[in-house]
Amino acid sequence: MLTSLFPNVDWEKMWEATYETLYMTSISTVVTFILGLAIGVILFLTSPNQLWANKIVNFLTGSIVNIFRSIPFIVLIILLIPFTKFLLGTIRGANAALPALIIGAAPFYARMVLIALREIDKGVIEAARSMGAKSSTIIWKVLIPESLPALISGITVTAVALVGYTAMAGIIGAGGLGNLAFLDGFQRNRQDVTLMATILILVVVFIIQWIGDTITTKTDKR
Amino acid sequence: MIQLQNITKKYKTANGELTAVKDVNLSINKGEIFGIIGYSGAGKSTMIRLLNGLEKPTSGTVKVNNQEFSAISGQKLRDARQKVSMIFQHFNLLWSRTVAENIAFPLEIAGVPKAQRDARVKELIALVGLEGRDTAYPSQLSGGQKQRVGIARALANNPEVLLCDEATSALDPETTDAILDLLVDINERLGLTIVLITHEMHVIRKICHRVAVMEAGEVVESGEVLQVFQAPQADITKKFVSQITDTKETQETVAQLKAHYPTGQLIKLVFVGEKTEQPVISQLVKKFDVEVSIVHGNISQTKNGPYGTLIVQVDGSHENVSAALNYLNTVEVQTEVIVNVD
Repeated sequence: MLTSLFPNVDWEKMWEATYETLYMTSISTVVTFILGLAIGVILFLTSPNQLWANKIVNFLTGSIVNIFRSIPFIVLIILLIPFTKFLLGTIRGANAALPALIIGAAPFYARMVLIALREIDKGVIEAARSMGAKSSTIIWKVLIPESLPALISGITVTAVALVGYTAMAGIIGAGGLGNLAFLDGFQRNRQDVTLMATILILVVVFIIQWIGDTITTKTDKR
Repeated sequence: MIQLQNITKKYKTANGELTAVKDVNLSINKGEIFGIIGYSGAGKSTMIRLLNGLEKPTSGTVKVNNQEFSAISGQKLRDARQKVSMIFQHFNLLWSRTVAENIAFPLEIAGVPKAQRDARVKELIALVGLEGRDTAYPSQLSGGQKQRVGIARALANNPEVLLCDEATSALDPETTDAILDLLVDINERLGLTIVLITHEMHVIRKICHRVAVMEAGEVVESGEVLQVFQAPQADITKKFVSQITDTKETQETVAQLKAHYPTGQLIKLVFVGEKTEQPVISQLVKKFDVEVSIVHGNISQTKNGPYGTLIVQVDGSHENVSAALNYLNTVEVQTEVIVNVD
């Protein structure tokens, strides 16, 4: 039945593209989570009246975040071609898409981390200080656990955005479902291929959202 | 235990400099429950935060538990804070941790090994009366239970001083009393010095030995609670004392009394300490030819003894009433003529 509905779909190619999309999305999500969290924590702690209040560091970090967040992703990929080439020696393949994906998504996520951390009750941080907690204890045992549901829903949104970014990364030959839909579906006018690729992207997005929502609810004890 | 010398704290705000605490000198003894009362903005929140170094004074020295909190920083300050713990108006528990994990938090900070931590947490849960709730999350607890967790957490590292930042202000009257009883119990059992700030005279009356009254960053009056109740000096102190004695109800009653007792004199008697046990009224009736009717009475227990007020109507011939008033002065009962009907 599937063959009659989707006569032009080369299933082996389709699965390979799905695997590439999942590969790019998962690696870039993990790295974005770590990097964005680190930048977000720095942004939070260096803001006025916080533990490491520092106008210069806060301004510089904030500026870098804003610059990279403002560049359209498709332009960022092109701008980063020399950097990717230097880093990986090639600009082709799924790995070559990773630097652009991470640099595009981490600042976006850092902002969400900042919003999540600002939602933490100031009194809780004060209580930890009154107990004699070090900054590192406050970060690991107060800031991150107390904002965890927001951090997870934030990374879920970011992961979904990254699925979209991987489709665009297809233009530098990164592969994936977006690339397949564009080359095999659009350029060769095979609409069934485009449709199948879209369905698979939707499934991936739904699964990511479901996982994110489940973990968010599980961690929220408020 | 605690010495504050010439403490001034200024903040820079958008509208210029703000003096939160102005030239305060205070000394608090070991094992005492010391209250600081004031309206919001009086500087009491800043004061209590000076005692554990959450705020640093602009000038002056803060000495708590032999540590000069105004001078130390870094690891030394963090270590010192483990012996000067704090509880808060809004409890400030970690919602992501269970009751037991919240209480274990200061122990983790102090680097206590897991096995010892668990044993200590169990002890503390029993101490504050939360047996069986150890795996509950704060969101599943009532306000009073949350404050009990706060207290257990504050006691985890066997502190010398407990600072209470409006610890009962978010609780209903009944829960407030239960928490205050717990604080007294801890004070007596563990010999802990307790400093609390509040805007409720009721809290001071119930558990404090001594009190300082703050207004606009200054300590305007301080002393033994009973003394302050008996002879409040500053206007603001009188206002706080009247929170307990002259409730709005009393004022209304007095107004009605004016109408109901057109003859004689309405007199307010203030009894302090042992004098509350003297048979003043019956003496009055026996010794002088006057009619005495009790129209309103009130007695409160403080840490240093009872404190009572009584409003009576004294009626009779002019000489007899004056003689009765003179007698009242000789028995060291404070008298105040509130309505002179003559």
